[in-house]
Amino acid sequence: MIKLNINKKIYNLDADPEMPLLWVLRDVVGLIGTKYGCGVAQCGACVVHLDGEAVRSCVTKLSRAEGKKVITIEGLSENHTHPLQQAWLELDVSQCGYCQAGQIMSAAVLLNENKKPSDQDIDDAMAGNICRCGTYLRIREAIHLASEIQGKERS
Amino acid sequence: MEKTKSNINRRSFLKASALLGGGLMIQFSALAKFDLPAKSVDGINAFPWNEINGYIKITSDNVIKIINPNPEFGQNVMTSLPMIVAEELDVDWKKVIVEMGPHDSVKLGAQFTGGSNSMRMYWRPLREAGATARQMLMEAAAQTWAVPVEEVTAKAGVLGHEKSGKTASYGDLAAKASSLPVPKGVKLKDVKSFNVVRNSQKNVEGAKIVSGKPLFGLDYKHEGMLIAMIQHPPAFGMTFKSFDGSQALKMPGIKSVFSLKLYEDGFEQGGFDTRTFNDVLVVVGKTTWEVMNARKKLIVEWVPAGDVKDTMAGRGGKREVVVPGELENTADQHAKMVEYANKPAQVLRKDGDPETAFKNAAQIIERTFNAPFLAHNCMEPMNFFAHVTDEKALLVGPLQAPGWTEPTLVKVLKLPADKIEIQMTRMGGGFGRRAYGHYLVEAALISKKVNAPVKLIYSREDDTTYGIYRPMYTATYRAALDANKNLIAFHVKGGGIPEHAIHPNRFPAGAVDNYLAEGWQIPSNITIGAFRAPRSNFNAAAEQSFLDELAEAMGKDPIDFRLELLKRAKDTPVGKNNEYDADRYAGVLKLVKEKSGWNGPEHKKFSRGVAAYFCHSSYAAHVVDMTTKDGQPYVERVFSAIDCGIVINPDAATNMVQGAVVDGIGNAMYGGLTHKNGVVEESNFHKYRLIRMHEAPKKVEVHFIKNDIDPTGLGEPPFPPVFGAVANALYKASGRRFYQQPFSSPQPSAIPAV
Repeated sequence: MIKLNINKKIYNLDADPEMPLLWVLRDVVGLIGTKYGCGVAQCGACVVHLDGEAVRSCVTKLSRAEGKKVITIEGLSENHTHPLQQAWLELDVSQCGYCQAGQIMSAAVLLNENKKPSDQDIDDAMAGNICRCGTYLRIREAIHLASEIQGKERS
Repeated sequence: MEKTKSNINRRSFLKASALLGGGLMIQFSALAKFDLPAKSVDGINAFPWNEINGYIKITSDNVIKIINPNPEFGQNVMTSLPMIVAEELDVDWKKVIVEMGPHDSVKLGAQFTGGSNSMRMYWRPLREAGATARQMLMEAAAQTWAVPVEEVTAKAGVLGHEKSGKTASYGDLAAKASSLPVPKGVKLKDVKSFNVVRNSQKNVEGAKIVSGKPLFGLDYKHEGMLIAMIQHPPAFGMTFKSFDGSQALKMPGIKSVFSLKLYEDGFEQGGFDTRTFNDVLVVVGKTTWEVMNARKKLIVEWVPAGDVKDTMAGRGGKREVVVPGELENTADQHAKMVEYANKPAQVLRKDGDPETAFKNAAQIIERTFNAPFLAHNCMEPMNFFAHVTDEKALLVGPLQAPGWTEPTLVKVLKLPADKIEIQMTRMGGGFGRRAYGHYLVEAALISKKVNAPVKLIYSREDDTTYGIYRPMYTATYRAALDANKNLIAFHVKGGGIPEHAIHPNRFPAGAVDNYLAEGWQIPSNITIGAFRAPRSNFNAAAEQSFLDELAEAMGKDPIDFRLELLKRAKDTPVGKNNEYDADRYAGVLKLVKEKSGWNGPEHKKFSRGVAAYFCHSSYAAHVVDMTTKDGQPYVERVFSAIDCGIVINPDAATNMVQGAVVDGIGNAMYGGLTHKNGVVEESNFHKYRLIRMHEAPKKVEVHFIKNDIDPTGLGEPPFPPVFGAVANALYKASGRRFYQQPFSSPQPSAIPAV
């Protein structure tokens, strides 16, 4: 049995410790918000937070997550109220939408570490997330907007 | 799409309704209370709906549900098609619930996402559906109140009769309306009076997307569902001779290992039955990870398949074709194209006397353009759920063309069509790839074989290496100029593996007196198909680069040169069957010229490229402003002008054009698929380069031509001309022309200057 803390809930899982966290989340726990895109840490669709760090769950073994706090898109906020989720909805960023959970999870770590990221900061931080529909412009804009929303919420 | 059990049943819903007071407000308070997104609700399927027609259902509590008929792959039809219904039905859009319809061609029409077709196909039927339902509700009110129907009004979901002061919600009269005969020839609204359509409405699934709710095929779950993966041959042109699945079968979680034949010998393939490998190996087990691991334990002897016979049906009638068995190499493909380009080809169109004109020319400009195979790289790899029994089949997943897949399932499963239920989930991208339903057929046959509900999942590598790709193309363009540098003849000869891209009746056909278009093709076992305007996206690169070079040789501004040709095509068109409308084509060029400040000195710091193209009934032009970033060419800014007729949902349409621009830059600069002994060399994103955030422009300014033409489609048209505009900006930036896609690859040297 492996004990996992996912979205502030404790799970005791009977799973292969070698199994990537992505498939643990999707197939064992049933949290499907985290997406499979490439399986080799190239596209960022599977990004989750592990103790506040953005990790690619497709190459993160279950054993590495043991004892750490996992946050997935489902646990980012209640009722999609995270500043990034608000900004994403305000600017209607999504096209197909498949990559957006990973984009938001990567951006959330950026905004934690950098309250007012520049375009360059965003480009650097988001270079690991592919959007095949090409919504990059709106993602960039939404991160700026989220930064503003976050600033207002804290002030 | 997942039919989850709702935590609100009818009883608790009604209780909530009674508590809060009745009508619409209550309904949405109840939804809020249960934290269900108001726009797209699974939970209330339990309520009794009055079906006014296939697209509209209304409860007596006045909950209005609009069914989206067409599969959603990011083009936003889940929002924009129901908007059309809501407009004519005359309801408050904010209070409408939207649901994806199942495959049902009787109630919901042709249901095909592709060819920029959704709006063209559904504009009229959906307006009529909305207007007819509104008329039936008015008729129900007239009968109930015993007043003439002409005196009944219907606005924002409320029926009224002014003289008597009577009012009712649509819901109050929905049951009666649904029993009335369907009126014919109902009057539609004036498009100038629209207040839902032509106004930006948010994506109805936006909240679900940003909060990770189940939407996609890979998210679909079913009780007792197993996971299946196929192992296809490692190379185009190969098959398996024998296999040993015993090691795989011993792996944890594995239920079954077997080989699968997709189509029986002599199966008559329709145009969208394309499949690469007819015989594959299958591993079925409990979880994706276990199946992935077990698949690695398959011991297989792969052998060249040799030439294979296929039976084709559909357009062109029944015929046998031989698929060559060669294990192809990209270098050989190039060499073969050069060889074929020098052979006589099929004449596709000829105007005037191009041979004589070229003979008499003072100057001939000839350029050859090449482009590689392209893979779709949908972010959600191919997958489908199937539960097939002896009596019936349920299939759920991402699919563009259920109407084309169903007849194939009927033949393969030997079940009648009414026993096959297909549900379409949201798609994680499509771009044409999911019009080819072989992966449904595979899933269905696997489910039948293991007698269980099964989800077939392609890994990323499976998805990239088992593709229905954009073909490999080449085209040689020639222009003849007289001594005064007038264009007197134009010739294009194009080829491809295995299809050419030439549209003989498109611009500049119709604008040049002496014109010749020819095509040739090289048979191949590499499977190809739709890809966001597959032929157009090559033509718009080649032809629009060539026109740019030609304008320069003639000493003309590239936009003015195109406008001159279009004026000629309008005033005194050459030949017949010219596909494009010269006015609309010129319109986008003029608009992009104006909006970009085309010759403005303030834009000197950019290397500017322009291109325009017509495809799928719509028109697009772009001005690309290039700079350098980290020593690489970088498209910093783009101005786009589009004529797609009436724009249904302006902000979403803008989003789609911006996406098409980014997609175009990405594929033009980096896209390409190569082969070595039939093996795809770019198996995953570490080798297949896709555009990323830092390579996307800072700004894409989108302008639509304002007119009242019925919508002509938007998914594809903005994409092709990006390629040409990027090529032309690269020339301005570097002083040399780019003839070989992707443009980031080494370019052929020693092209003589004009």
